[in-house]
Amino acid sequence: MTTRTLAVVSAGLSQPSSTRMLADKLSDSTVAKLAEQGIDTTVETFELRDVATEIMNHMLTGFPSPKLEAVIEAVTGADGLIAVTPIFTTSYSGLFKSFFDVVDSAALTSLPVVIGATAGTPRHSLALDYALRPMFTYLHAIVVPTGVFAATGDWGESADSVKTLPARIDRASGELAALVASSDRSTSVRDPFALDRPFGHLIGGLTGE
Amino acid sequence: MQFGIFTVSDITQDPTTGRTPSEHERITDVLTIAQHAEEVGLDVFALGEHHNPPFFSSSPTTTLAYIAAKTSKIQLTTSTTLITTNDPVKIAEDFAMLQHVADGRVDLMLGRGNTGPVYPWFGKDIRQGIDLALENYALLHRLWREDFVDWDGRFRTPLQGFQSTPRPLDDVPPFVWHGSIRSPEIAEQAAYYGDGFFANHIFWPASHTQRMVALYRQRFAHYEHGTAEQAIVGLGGQVFMRKNSQDAVREFRPYFDNAPVYGHGPSLEEFTTQTPLTVGSPQEVIDKTLGFRDYVGDYQRQLFLMDHAGLPLKTVLEQLDLLGSEVVPVLRREFAKNRPATVPDAPTHDSLVAARNAAKAVGGANEAPRGAAFGAAAVKGA
Repeated sequence: MTTRTLAVVSAGLSQPSSTRMLADKLSDSTVAKLAEQGIDTTVETFELRDVATEIMNHMLTGFPSPKLEAVIEAVTGADGLIAVTPIFTTSYSGLFKSFFDVVDSAALTSLPVVIGATAGTPRHSLALDYALRPMFTYLHAIVVPTGVFAATGDWGESADSVKTLPARIDRASGELAALVASSDRSTSVRDPFALDRPFGHLIGGLTGE
Repeated sequence: MQFGIFTVSDITQDPTTGRTPSEHERITDVLTIAQHAEEVGLDVFALGEHHNPPFFSSSPTTTLAYIAAKTSKIQLTTSTTLITTNDPVKIAEDFAMLQHVADGRVDLMLGRGNTGPVYPWFGKDIRQGIDLALENYALLHRLWREDFVDWDGRFRTPLQGFQSTPRPLDDVPPFVWHGSIRSPEIAEQAAYYGDGFFANHIFWPASHTQRMVALYRQRFAHYEHGTAEQAIVGLGGQVFMRKNSQDAVREFRPYFDNAPVYGHGPSLEEFTTQTPLTVGSPQEVIDKTLGFRDYVGDYQRQLFLMDHAGLPLKTVLEQLDLLGSEVVPVLRREFAKNRPATVPDAPTHDSLVAARNAAKAVGGANEAPRGAAFGAAAVKGA
């Protein structure tokens, strides 16, 4: 059976967290869609709160603790990423941004990503497209067209009854599953010490050859 | 095996007293520290290069020349010399000059620096850091080995028939170490030239250093400078010692917690677990340092950072006393055990001269005199 790995990053802080709930729903839906294609998916879900101190220590010292390094390896080596953050003060949370700040800027290249966010009211929904989407675009990740925003009301009776939260999740996870299905990221061997140009070529270039 | 100290020349407030030394005081303190390093029997003193406060060391060869005059045995080197932003012609001249006044007790370690604005201050672009390191060293390497150099590169004014003076002492260039924490290109560069590779892993986990050194060793053998085990490896280290481990931890903690590089981040305990930093008794320092060999193999040079983060001079001198009397003699003995005879020592001027002469004796009969139009080289060639 074909297998793929899916990394889920949630920057929710509370317990239970609506950010984590949204992340799980996106994850479950993506796994189901991949199963329909005969693909078995391994999901690794990370709450950034669990490595919050490690993220800041990495920022200060320049290297990750073993615990954080394992998270970074899992995220950067996955076939797809579900990245969900609460919206704080008009943007992604500082913890969410800090995590991606300590990940090597080339490590997410070509990674299929679905972005999600939560907030108190739907009026913050554009943060997905003015904050999260540009950040992942900068990192050369492939962000699927549909981002999923869940306001507090989406979890109850004031939910959008036309374009419902489950419908939005279904659409986004379908877009992600299609990209994950054709990804070979998790099986490709990456050499962190590989040179991007042959050294002889570098030296040759220096001497004008 | 060589043991020594390296300083980054930071002028930092002592967090326990709130006192910051003046530039002059800190500079004279470092001169004292260097001389004491020789007194306690260390082999190497290394000085960094910076071009902004809180560091003073913008002119390492001036400083090292003074130390050379005040000492007689200790090897003088840098940690690091900026190969990216310095003109390689000036590096060639400065270090050849230092070789002469220090009677050969000189090598140098090249690095790219860690302060972004230094690049634009010296008219360079940090995005070309690797390319600068490669091209500048290619020129430096020739300037010390060819009497007249024609050069046309990307980063400096072309040269036609340029001769850098003075020529290296005994026509043997200073040995070069290439320092890098994370760039495989630099490990490759060191291997390509058969130079030394220095991994300053004081702020990095051992697993990372292990992979970088393994890469260097493998490529050193690939370029046929010897076996992988014969590659020339140096490591950084950082220690604070007292007779009793608890005293060391108690005394060093405020310096650690407020240190410019890693302060206000991980705890002392986390940092000592994850990096080579050792805070404890001399025996603990011995044990941890001996462990380095387990992941980089038999190596040639071990430098310790002893004088940063605002530690007062008196404390630093006490640390050197402990290092020289209780730690290094044991390390010398233990590192010598089971060390294959084929593993070389770190090159010195004398060993490089001997190697050059030996090579000449073997193949030198047909060697053409080195060209020189005038001056000392012409006389030598005649």
